[in-house]
Amino acid sequence: MLPAAAFLLLFLAYPLGLGVYLSFTDARVGRAGSWVGLENYEFLAGKNPLWDFFAIISNEVVGTKYELTGDPVFWLSVFNTLLYTVVASALKFAIGLYLALLLNRHMPFKAIIRAVVLVPFIVPTVLSAIAFWWIFDTNFSILTWMLRSIGVLGEKEVINYLGDPLNARASVIFANVWRGVPFIAITLLAGLQTVSPSLYEAATIDGASRWQIFRYITYPLLTPIIAVVMTFSVLFTFTDFQLIWVLTRGGPFNSTHLMATLSYQSGILGGRLGDGAAISTAMIPFLLAAIMFSWFGLQRRKWQHGEGND
Amino acid sequence: MASVTIDDVRKSFGVVEVIHGVSIDIEDGEFVVLVGPSGCGKSTLLRMIAGLESITAGALKIGSRIVNNAPAKERDIAMVFQNYALYPHMKVYDNMAFSMKLRKAPKDEIDKRVRAAAEILGLDQLLDRYPRQLSGGQRQRVAMGRAIVRDPQVFLFDEPLSNLDAKLRVAMRTEIKALHQRVGGTTIYVTHDQIEAMTMADKIVVMQGGYVEQIGAPLELYDRPDNMFVAGFIGSPAMNFLRGRVQGGAFITAMDERIPLGAGMGADEGREVVLGVRPEHLTLVGEGQGFGVDVVVTEPTGSEVQIVAKHGAEELIAVFRERHQPAVGERMRVAPDPSQLHLFDGETGRALRA
Repeated sequence: MLPAAAFLLLFLAYPLGLGVYLSFTDARVGRAGSWVGLENYEFLAGKNPLWDFFAIISNEVVGTKYELTGDPVFWLSVFNTLLYTVVASALKFAIGLYLALLLNRHMPFKAIIRAVVLVPFIVPTVLSAIAFWWIFDTNFSILTWMLRSIGVLGEKEVINYLGDPLNARASVIFANVWRGVPFIAITLLAGLQTVSPSLYEAATIDGASRWQIFRYITYPLLTPIIAVVMTFSVLFTFTDFQLIWVLTRGGPFNSTHLMATLSYQSGILGGRLGDGAAISTAMIPFLLAAIMFSWFGLQRRKWQHGEGND
Repeated sequence: MASVTIDDVRKSFGVVEVIHGVSIDIEDGEFVVLVGPSGCGKSTLLRMIAGLESITAGALKIGSRIVNNAPAKERDIAMVFQNYALYPHMKVYDNMAFSMKLRKAPKDEIDKRVRAAAEILGLDQLLDRYPRQLSGGQRQRVAMGRAIVRDPQVFLFDEPLSNLDAKLRVAMRTEIKALHQRVGGTTIYVTHDQIEAMTMADKIVVMQGGYVEQIGAPLELYDRPDNMFVAGFIGSPAMNFLRGRVQGGAFITAMDERIPLGAGMGADEGREVVLGVRPEHLTLVGEGQGFGVDVVVTEPTGSEVQIVAKHGAEELIAVFRERHQPAVGERMRVAPDPSQLHLFDGETGRALRA
């Protein structure tokens, strides 16, 4: 017990505690700083965080021009992070599940195909991010070249993948999905393989179509593993840093700044440790909410609990 | 309910043929057991009837309709799987109602049928449970309930009792038989256990290596096996086989002892044959009668005594109602009931009948 506890304290609790402590100080790089209470949070989130939260969503989605009480860049990063997480996770789930179902079928070279699917997951993120940097380059993009060859784009037309706020958001989400799908696909595939084939046969004889088998047998039996894998996926996506930092550094106009990248920028590059720590700490409630949601909402299934009568 | 006709049905996986032209006629309402050692093709044949495996050649008819290419859902069959295949995320009620829900049957109709089936099987109290909360025997019953609810043309059972312990197996055997008598319905039942086959079947189909060895009523197979395989497979303990030849109306064993053959057991003089004697048809006799054996093991089971003994190099088993307790290595003489002898061709193993 003791070594494990010491380990946890040293490597988990201490950095977390230090981060939270720093968020209550005006520490800068090279200066310890003094206790300022909630000042950092007030500066970031404003006098009325709830109002700011809905205002930024309204401003970004429908284009209203509400004045925020807090830091507009901070709230933009909150919005970006939520958008990034929700859209990318939903896409990763849909594609990952589809891929898992495909890979679960009998086909030639099954083992090799399954291994190939894992490649985006194995390649270091920074490396694949640099590859995407080239793919999304305005002048040398292979995507543009392909679109030109099939005639969608004219000879002189270009797409400003990372220079336009909307395009940049779509591009980083695309890269994140590409990187995240294998993890979900392979995990769900493992889940699929625990489903006894005789259940499919029984359902076939019961008269179920392929869709009905998926809807009433496969999907419900997968929900526990879906809950686990999607929790992880949401956590990883929400805290993503590398991909954004290599591709856009949060630009253009902060349109791809996530909370993690903003925290790094103001805390380390800007030297305002207290501010950066506060932005990081502000991620915790969101992450806790995601964990709670999956824990209570999805993961527990009565039929999984074995023995005992009710 | 419907009859099932299997006409020269074959199955190949790639170039390997595993079912070699099987023909079986199953009458409406009949309880047929497919029995054989593992790998004999009985389960494959059942899965072909269910529509879970394709039929390579031949014709499969349910009722008057050829269903070779009909998908499983159109064949109107119900199947009970070896591992029950209950949907773990559905309660007992929903497991049983699933097929009718898929067919969009009215709710009260579903409810009526599920509750009726539950009552027949004594599942009334368990409808709100999940499969995990049931014992093996209860799960087995739910699997049967799921089949009954559908009121299908044909019931298929794929080794349904092999996951149960010995005592429960005997109880469920009776229950399935009683159920068949109550509900009726053409039933095809696959097992590797010849006792299940003997006790449950109207008709037994003995299979081996993808061929049908013999089809007949249980006692017919027991009394008049067509070949050594059926003779050895049906009956427990298994039939004893002695190699020898026919001479002067008697069987001469490898140890040159004479066993007189009953009238009508015609076999050509001097022919190499195998004599089959069931363990329960051997009796202990005095000097000058029967043939000599050396006792290897004595196994009292309470109701009877099984004695494993050797006649030369050939091992045989005798079962006695009396409590004989011969010592190991003791020489004793046994004689078969002359009216209960079976002769088989020494090369082909086919039964020799006059």
